[in-house]
Amino acid sequence: MADGVKPRVKAPKSASAGEVVTLKTLISHNMESGQRKDKSGNPIPRSIINRFTCEFNGASVIDVKMEPAISTNPYFEFEAKIPEAGDLKFTWYDDDGSVYEETKSIKVG
Amino acid sequence: MKFKALTAVAALMVAMPAITLADPDDDTLVLNGETEMVTKAAAPAHMEETGIDTVMSGWHFRNDDTQAMQADDFDNPGMLAVESAIEAWNTVEGEAGKSCASCHGAAEDSMKGIRAVYPKWNETAGELRTLAMQVNDCRTNQMKAEPYKYDSGPMAAMEALISVQSRGMPVNVAIDGPVQAIWEKGKELYYTRTGILELSCASCHEENYGNMIRADHLSQGQINGFPTYRLKNAKLNTVHGRFKGCVRDTRAETYKPGSEEFIALELYVASRGNGLSVEGPSVRN
Repeated sequence: MADGVKPRVKAPKSASAGEVVTLKTLISHNMESGQRKDKSGNPIPRSIINRFTCEFNGASVIDVKMEPAISTNPYFEFEAKIPEAGDLKFTWYDDDGSVYEETKSIKVG
Repeated sequence: MKFKALTAVAALMVAMPAITLADPDDDTLVLNGETEMVTKAAAPAHMEETGIDTVMSGWHFRNDDTQAMQADDFDNPGMLAVESAIEAWNTVEGEAGKSCASCHGAAEDSMKGIRAVYPKWNETAGELRTLAMQVNDCRTNQMKAEPYKYDSGPMAAMEALISVQSRGMPVNVAIDGPVQAIWEKGKELYYTRTGILELSCASCHEENYGNMIRADHLSQGQINGFPTYRLKNAKLNTVHGRFKGCVRDTRAETYKPGSEEFIALELYVASRGNGLSVEGPSVRN
């Protein structure tokens, strides 16, 4: 697991049925592109988050494939329609095999 | 807005909208939908001879997207550094077996208002201290730990953590008494032209703020928002790091971060922002 990786999500705690809510996500991560060299001239191996997904009660909301040109601490903001109460599950996949997860529950009412 | 010779020439050549585009805007900065910040203020008395009557935060010179990024703590990438500094704050380091928290408790209480009055005269040591110097004094003398490099990432993060506790409070650095001579020296540096381009701080930030310098929108060079997260290098930048960049851009050999010259300049530039809200960590491009 890379150093200092911490997922963060900002989502409303409740919504009315069928409401479209804005979700903000950020994961602190170096996103080492693999293109850089260290002080002695050796390439620094690539280490990025290569995929990010969001699911609501098991249904896919967003599925993003990420490439090395994406900058450090990737941030995604998107909208989702909330038809019923449930859990939003956010998942980040690291090059080194680590998987970072975060869950937010949204009430309807 | 003061009259500018350059603007007048431009007005003859291009249509008006292009000019208003370069002027600072009149937006209001409200943090997290709660705290309203003072981003424009009456210039402090010592600036009378400069012809500037309103001092403005660099926030006004950035585009709407960058402005919005600073207005929400979740969007502000500088807040990541604040989080990492909270860890450092509570981490015991050095032979004395202390952390920052051992003496200062919670940063939320003990560091409130600190950033607003620095650089500040330290009576015991008989010297003017910047925030970074104070942090390193604590690290070496109280904690018996290694000092941070003056403009390093951990130092910028610690400054950010301390600045956050003063956000919204007006900058109020003292310029009289024991620090007056240093302040005068800082002022002299501000107006000294350097480098192959022969530019002083004033050439850009006093005489031409609001104008474009190629693709860059010149601000008043206020430092109330430091440490600043810059989108161009995706990290927090310290005041002295920024000074160094500016002097380098005049194509001069620069002073070193933490040098006597930059400390004096920091005091002078900080005093030009007396009255503006502390914004650190701010977001700029």
